[in-house]
Amino acid sequence: MAKPKVATTSLAGCFGCHMSLLDIDDRILKLVELVDFDKSPVDDIKEFTGRCAVGLIEGGCANEENVRVLQDFRRHCDILISVGDCAINGGIPAMRNAVPLKECFQEAYSTDNRLGPAVYNPDNQIPNDPEIPLLLDKVYPCHEVVKIDYHLPGCPPPADTLWEALVALLSDKPVALPYELIKYD
Amino acid sequence: MSNTITFTIDGVEVTGQPGQTIMEAADAAGIYIPRLCALEELSPHGSCRVCTVMVNGRPQAACTQPIADGMVVENDTEQILAIRRDIIDMLFVEGNHFCMFCEKSGNCELQALAYRFGIAAPRFPYLFPKRDIDATHPDIFIDRNRCILCGRCVRASRDIDGKNVFEFVGRGFEKRVAVNAEANLADTDAAATDEAVNVCPTGALLKKRVGYAVPVGQRKYDHKPIGSEIEKK
Ligand code: SF4
Ligand code: FES
Repeated sequence: MAKPKVATTSLAGCFGCHMSLLDIDDRILKLVELVDFDKSPVDDIKEFTGRCAVGLIEGGCANEENVRVLQDFRRHCDILISVGDCAINGGIPAMRNAVPLKECFQEAYSTDNRLGPAVYNPDNQIPNDPEIPLLLDKVYPCHEVVKIDYHLPGCPPPADTLWEALVALLSDKPVALPYELIKYD
Repeated sequence: MSNTITFTIDGVEVTGQPGQTIMEAADAAGIYIPRLCALEELSPHGSCRVCTVMVNGRPQAACTQPIADGMVVENDTEQILAIRRDIIDMLFVEGNHFCMFCEKSGNCELQALAYRFGIAAPRFPYLFPKRDIDATHPDIFIDRNRCILCGRCVRASRDIDGKNVFEFVGRGFEKRVAVNAEANLADTDAAATDEAVNVCPTGALLKKRVGYAVPVGQRKYDHKPIGSEIEKK
């Protein structure tokens, strides 16, 4: 029987949650016995090759590309998991949510407000190449964009949390995390 | 003459003294009722409603409701737990609670309650309100992103410190904790030694330069849920 497939992605995240997944140490050998990785930065597969049992989402949705990738994951994965605080509540990127988008751009790129960093940008251009995904008005938690089946909080979630949840799901058991594995920091 | 009051909490017989609230009697009996605005050393406020219990079938705040003979209190039922969970969820989405870098994380009562309730994500949409920070004072600061309007600082400053540094202004979603000065916290007589600074359940009112003093793993709620200190009595 073919092994179930797992896909992972980092949207508006810092890859810390992926690092935490690697932090399961030698259990990673057991993991590759249990599953195959599909679309994921772990194996650099860019497009889904088929149906996946589990999709792990790191990061919230800050731009239109994040939304497209998230919707693609929802279409291809039986179980979709928000991994980490950014996926669950937007995290650090969501600190911009109370600031109008225009002000965010000015802060980052404009040189005439004397607030922005020391960028050489004499024309005060805001990057708008069609290749660059458009930013959303604010950063959205994943479950406000698509249906999410499980949430694993933490910044990042401890490796044990990821391991326990994955093993439970892959063996059709309920995800019952002990007190010490639900943490928001 | 017996001067005790007998009533039940979830079918268990509890005795208390006249004048005690349900919460006081429950604490003495080793039964934990979750709370945020209530604190033993402060007068009850009855505002957060996390302590909601059913009293003879009607919802009441355990921190303000006095006990009476024969009262039937429900505390640990599915219905009550659902109400409390909704309140905690609402507190999270109505503020900006970035636990990942908050100095209070691990010692925060709001976060600890969410842990105790096993909340992995709130069920309401996040509001991301615009809130401000007052860091003008040399030793303490207010981060209103984290304030849950429990009123502990207001009561402690008034009743213990005798200073009246804090008060609420505005209504509904606009309600916020204000300081007793034309402009800023720096213009008040607030001090880092004030009890008001100690009693804040979240990271909204904090001392400067003491953040992250306790390593992860040794903080108050890292291993034991909030309330276990009452339950082990
Ligand atoms: S600053 Fe702290 S103590 Fe004061 S009302 Fe807000 S949460 Fe409560
Ligand atoms: S603890 Fe009773 S209303 Fe807040």
